[in-house]
Amino acid sequence: MNDHTVKSYDEELAHLSGQIVRMGGLAEAQFAAAIQALARRDQELARRVVDGDCRIDELDHDVQTFAVRLLALRQPMAGDLRQIVGALNISGEIERIGDYAANIAKRSKVLDQLPVSVPVDGVVRLGELVRGLIKDIIDAYADRDVDKALRVWSRDEEVDAAYNTVFGDLIKGMTADSGAITASTHLLFIAKNIERIGDHATNIAEALHYQIIGVPPHGERPKGNTVGAGE
Amino acid sequence: MTDTAQMAAASSARPAVQIIAARLKRRHAAERRFRRTGLAAVVVSLGFLAILLFTILGNGLSAFSQTYVRLDVTLDAETLGIGDQRSADALASANYQGVVKEALYKRFPSVQGRVEKRELAGLVSSGADTDLRRLLAADPGAVGTTHTLWLVADDNVDMAMKGYISRKPGADGNRLSDRQLGWLAELEAEGAVVKRFNSILFSSGDSREPEQAGLWGAVVGSIYSLAITLLVSFPLGVATAVYLEEFAPKNRWTHLIEVNINNLAAVPSVVFGLLGLAVFLNFFGMPRSAPLVGGLVLALICLPTIIIAGRAALKAVPPSIREAATGLGASRLQVVTDHVLPLAMPGILTGTILGMAHALGETAPLLMIGMVAFIVDIPASPLDPSAVLPVQVYLWADSPERAFVERTSAAIIVLLVFLAVMNLGAIWLRKKFEHRW
Amino acid sequence: MNKIVPQNSFKIIARALSVHYGEKQALHQVDLDIRAGEVTALIGPSGCGKSTFLRCINRMNDLVDGARVSGSLTLDGQDIYDPAVDVVQLRARVGMVFQKPNPFPKSIYDNVAYGPRIHGMARDQAELDAIVNGSLEKAGLWAEVKDRLADSGTSLSGGQQQRLCIARAIAVEPELILMDEPCSALDPIATAKVEELIDELRENYTIVMVTHSMQQAARVSQRTAFFHMGKLIEVGDTEQVFTNPREPLTQGYITGRFG
Repeated sequence: MNDHTVKSYDEELAHLSGQIVRMGGLAEAQFAAAIQALARRDQELARRVVDGDCRIDELDHDVQTFAVRLLALRQPMAGDLRQIVGALNISGEIERIGDYAANIAKRSKVLDQLPVSVPVDGVVRLGELVRGLIKDIIDAYADRDVDKALRVWSRDEEVDAAYNTVFGDLIKGMTADSGAITASTHLLFIAKNIERIGDHATNIAEALHYQIIGVPPHGERPKGNTVGAGE
Repeated sequence: MTDTAQMAAASSARPAVQIIAARLKRRHAAERRFRRTGLAAVVVSLGFLAILLFTILGNGLSAFSQTYVRLDVTLDAETLGIGDQRSADALASANYQGVVKEALYKRFPSVQGRVEKRELAGLVSSGADTDLRRLLAADPGAVGTTHTLWLVADDNVDMAMKGYISRKPGADGNRLSDRQLGWLAELEAEGAVVKRFNSILFSSGDSREPEQAGLWGAVVGSIYSLAITLLVSFPLGVATAVYLEEFAPKNRWTHLIEVNINNLAAVPSVVFGLLGLAVFLNFFGMPRSAPLVGGLVLALICLPTIIIAGRAALKAVPPSIREAATGLGASRLQVVTDHVLPLAMPGILTGTILGMAHALGETAPLLMIGMVAFIVDIPASPLDPSAVLPVQVYLWADSPERAFVERTSAAIIVLLVFLAVMNLGAIWLRKKFEHRW
Repeated sequence: MNKIVPQNSFKIIARALSVHYGEKQALHQVDLDIRAGEVTALIGPSGCGKSTFLRCINRMNDLVDGARVSGSLTLDGQDIYDPAVDVVQLRARVGMVFQKPNPFPKSIYDNVAYGPRIHGMARDQAELDAIVNGSLEKAGLWAEVKDRLADSGTSLSGGQQQRLCIARAIAVEPELILMDEPCSALDPIATAKVEELIDELRENYTIVMVTHSMQQAARVSQRTAFFHMGKLIEVGDTEQVFTNPREPLTQGYITGRFG
């Protein structure tokens, strides 16, 4: 694509994309740290994640304001319009991811303070999987890579399947040991949060697809049989 | 590299504002010089105009009055040489001069001898008999009666009364003899010599006798000529302009025609006169000296002016008006007659009046078609021989009598008034058309 | 007058339409269909041929010396450039509104009455009055001018003048109205009024509009055609063209990148 006749417009659009990539990177790091805090029972790390969420919220606010300003002053059309609207959507999705990461960190702190401990390996594995999705989708955004976005989009099924396994395991554990119910319930919510983060990654993939191609991805989103999705 | 560095240093030392300020004084001075030159040009041209008007008015105004001499005239049948006849023919050919002379001899009974008598008779215009002829024609029964009449004085007497000829006896080159001056003083002393408004100037045609020479024939001739010119050149010129501007395709031929029309406007008018001589007189056999032919020749001279002015006026009509009308489904002719022509009319009229004013002052082409002839009668139709105002000016300017000098200027004044009236008419017409909506 | 235009039937069909001005080709092989009862916007940079296309429809190009048209252009299936077609009749069926408001320097009444008069559409004064009043009403101008019909049309404001021109065009009861950048000389409020008027007129007329304002095209048109260098690059639903143009050239033009 050629440059705009108005150079500052190009700079503003680049700035917007840069902010999204920064937000994405931040959310990915937050999420990774939350999973690490859970895996290592690192209370300090968990606290940092909870505190760090406000930075993503600030960035989200910045992006929203900036995008509205662009809409008002530049009256964008076509690709530019889609990019700005995409940034608005994606920024919202990333902000949600940040919130979930903070929530996971909070729960991992609670989990540490519980007398009993339950195995967290399955949930951590699920977390690693979703973390990969976030990384990919942010890369796809930075590179305007539709194929990569479509791959992330189609991998939501995988996440759902992994979530179902973790869900089953946790239910099984709770049935076997009623003393672990509290810890397992927290883990269950953490797993649910991770699955939702995966959904947001998919949403970003859809928004990115629309931003680049101009239409949403074709066909039904490949959906696994998610348990408790109606919640 | 060092050059540019130096330049940069210099310009930083003298910022743009200073550079501009340094030249500012010169620029303002140049502007003031230019304005003063323009003003001077206007003053000089106005000065020339003032001199021209002053000279003409100074020379010509006195021609609007004429000296009359009061005499007791007896319409004696014997002196008239008509005997008992009272028929119109006889009255028309009667010897009125004799009656006037008798009246003069009676007034100055001491005058004897042929030379003296001739000098005495020279006080009154040789054309003074026209009043008597008119009187008898109206009332044939007046024969034998005596009337106190104001008779037109001779041009030399008139000039003397107006101070153009010295009234000192024995002055060099005097057109009036000492005796004549004496009689004149005598008449003046008893109030028998007055100056009155010169109605002859506005009622008669040309004459060899200055005191009998009038402009009316030339005025009527000019009016006839201009009427013919207007009738021929206006429709023809407007039609040509409209066709060329609105209908004709833009190609080599129309371009050629355009160039030729522009050239025609620059052709010396005497050439048009030759054309008129060849075509209208020799080929079509039209009457010589007639306002009809004069008008046709002047129409030829006017045409390029009207066409050029008309095309300019048509061009000045915004194309958006044409588009608007065309877009509504108006035909080309409707576009022109309903919108373009009314909008262009003020401009076309201005051009036409300018052309007509030009034609009014034309002399040379009219000389070519014989309008320079000496014509005494007032033309009754455009087919009668006639003079026109500028030719009359030319003819009188050529005459030796002192009285024709002032009449020439008077004719110029009348011509200028004519022009002024036409221009006022143009302004009035333009205003009227412009205020139609 | 209240004819209901059937949707989705094609009013104008252009096939391989080319226009030459002397040596210069202004329009290259344009295929474009214009649906009845819709506003079709023609957009593109200056000199792209959009106005040329517009002026083919009522044969205003005939006025230009050396203009040649080839290909086919039909109005309701009838070839516009058929020698048998009377231009005057065509122009009565296809009204036009121009870039600069161009009322005649006559009274407001005479401006609107001119078209019906030359076409002999009114049998008497009362009918003519009815046409003039109705047209002014449809153009949303009646309330503003009803007490000053005898005033000169040029005494109105720019926006009012343009609506007067629209009233003048619809007084001839055209089926199709061509608008050549109708708002380019107007201020935003006057523009908004004209745009609203265009939207109302869409019920009874097919409208083809050339505009340089993409926002305007987006606001008032249902279909948008993008011209570039005398070629039709893209035509589609306005929504699609402005959110997701198919052609890179279109994208480049409407987003303000041009190379």
